[in-house]
Amino acid sequence: MRSRSWVAWVFMAPTLIAMALIVFLPLVQAFVWTLTDIDRSNMGTRFKEASWTFTGLDNYVTALQDPDFQHAFVWTIVWTLVNVFFHFTLGLLLAVILNQKLRGRTGFRLMLLVPWAIPIYISAIGWSFIFNGEFGLLNNFTALFGIGRIAWYSEFPWYYVAPIIVNVWAGVPFMMVALLGGLQGIPQDQYEAARVDGASRWQSFWNITIPGLRSVSTMVILLGIIWTFNLFAVIFFTTRGGPAGKTNILVTFAYQVFNEGELALAATFGVIIFSILIVFSLFYRRLAPERA
Amino acid sequence: MREPRWIKVGSYLVLTIAAIIAVLPAIWVFVTSFKVESEIFSTQVELVGRSGITFANYEFLLTRGDFQQWFMNSVIVAAAVTVIGVFLAATAAYGLSRYRFRGRNSALYIFLVAQMFPGIILLVPLYNFFVSVGLIDQLPALVISYSTIAIPFSVLMLKAYFDTIPFDLEEAGQVDGLGVFGGFWRIVLPLSVPGVAVTAFYGFVTAWNEFMLASAFLVSRDKLTLPVGLSTFIDPFNQPWHLLAAASVIISIPVMVFFFLAQRYLISGLQTGGVKG
Repeated sequence: MRSRSWVAWVFMAPTLIAMALIVFLPLVQAFVWTLTDIDRSNMGTRFKEASWTFTGLDNYVTALQDPDFQHAFVWTIVWTLVNVFFHFTLGLLLAVILNQKLRGRTGFRLMLLVPWAIPIYISAIGWSFIFNGEFGLLNNFTALFGIGRIAWYSEFPWYYVAPIIVNVWAGVPFMMVALLGGLQGIPQDQYEAARVDGASRWQSFWNITIPGLRSVSTMVILLGIIWTFNLFAVIFFTTRGGPAGKTNILVTFAYQVFNEGELALAATFGVIIFSILIVFSLFYRRLAPERA
Repeated sequence: MREPRWIKVGSYLVLTIAAIIAVLPAIWVFVTSFKVESEIFSTQVELVGRSGITFANYEFLLTRGDFQQWFMNSVIVAAAVTVIGVFLAATAAYGLSRYRFRGRNSALYIFLVAQMFPGIILLVPLYNFFVSVGLIDQLPALVISYSTIAIPFSVLMLKAYFDTIPFDLEEAGQVDGLGVFGGFWRIVLPLSVPGVAVTAFYGFVTAWNEFMLASAFLVSRDKLTLPVGLSTFIDPFNQPWHLLAAASVIISIPVMVFFFLAQRYLISGLQTGGVKG
């Protein structure tokens, strides 16, 4: 290990400069903009003088008082928790099964990785085809179970369920693989010792497997929550936030506001989202049993 | 340990159901892409349409000027991001892996926190930045954005990889007259091929799949990337499913090929790098 630190800075300089210019400077600028009334008409161009003014915390008040924002906020939390819950539990189930000596294990593992390999927006488009009310594949099954045909993107509660199905499908493989790695890191002799002591399979699972997965789980759940909270593509390419904006999560709502030209308000949404995640991860690191 | 029979049977049952659920939607889109338009709108479940397999949807897409252009744009952007992203991440990761210096821990922490940035928070200021430097509606705007977005994860992963390569090797190299950069370039990088492969894959996929920034920064029809271009096909009242299905296959195949080639590395990389941070 070397300590000539200027060499280290030389190695890191290009990256740090890029990060400063493209991530941190914009972040500061976004924050400043949240205190203004900047929009696409007054932002100024080469041909027109900028004419926006500072408006203090008005954008934050506007955002937090907006019922659509409040609705999107609650739905984002439900969306995140439900998704990560299923990602984790289903991923754990499959990881435990795949961790056994089974014939055909590699084949199953490869098939189970398919949803991860497909670009997420393509998955969302493909599932939209399957959800289609008239000829979609899924409605053949619901008809079979006597639920009848469902208009997935316009009927309550299915417009909430449909994007969750897509994202659970897409997100399980990552958790499965990460947890499988965690399982393989648990020393086998612990299980042997437990067996000698007469522990049941179930007891081994709760007392060896679950604690052994703690540090991996802590990290992947944190990552899963952050990713799902910010996941734009699934909502956008399934329900498009509809019907009537009901399935907008915060990021798709912010994008919609951006497209309407309300730059300051969109930036405010961004800062609020970022603050939520920062506060959450600070609490999480404190509450989590191990360093995340 | 002697396995009770029900565990084995139950395991295969769960795996079979899960594998069907995982693969079926992909297969359904795949077979749909070979059907003629009118037969897609059928309530019958058929793997092959009545008029047999057709390549018409692919022919239509691949001979369309705009689709070809979007494909090229995506390839150019993804290739550039892969090269630039790997270079930036590798140098930074090397500095972090091989040197102890003041600010090292803060730098590591910043990379960790940067993974939390929602793309949406960068959308507004980057839009303004690219307007002011005249890069709006230009592919370099995407290359710059994506390379930077891919950096934090890539740095953490490559750093974990470099950490596993003994420092003695470079010292031996220095005895033979290799400089510091030579040690990085000739010794550490070649030994890190799996880590570099994963970083390259990650950069490529980030660029290939990104929609939000691209849709905000690109305006002209001939400048679009595949996700944005494809979204112009989408019409809630009259979806051209035959084209969407074929396009989905065309867009997914390069990524899936890379994914299955890189998956072994990807997984071990995730376990040593991404997950342990």
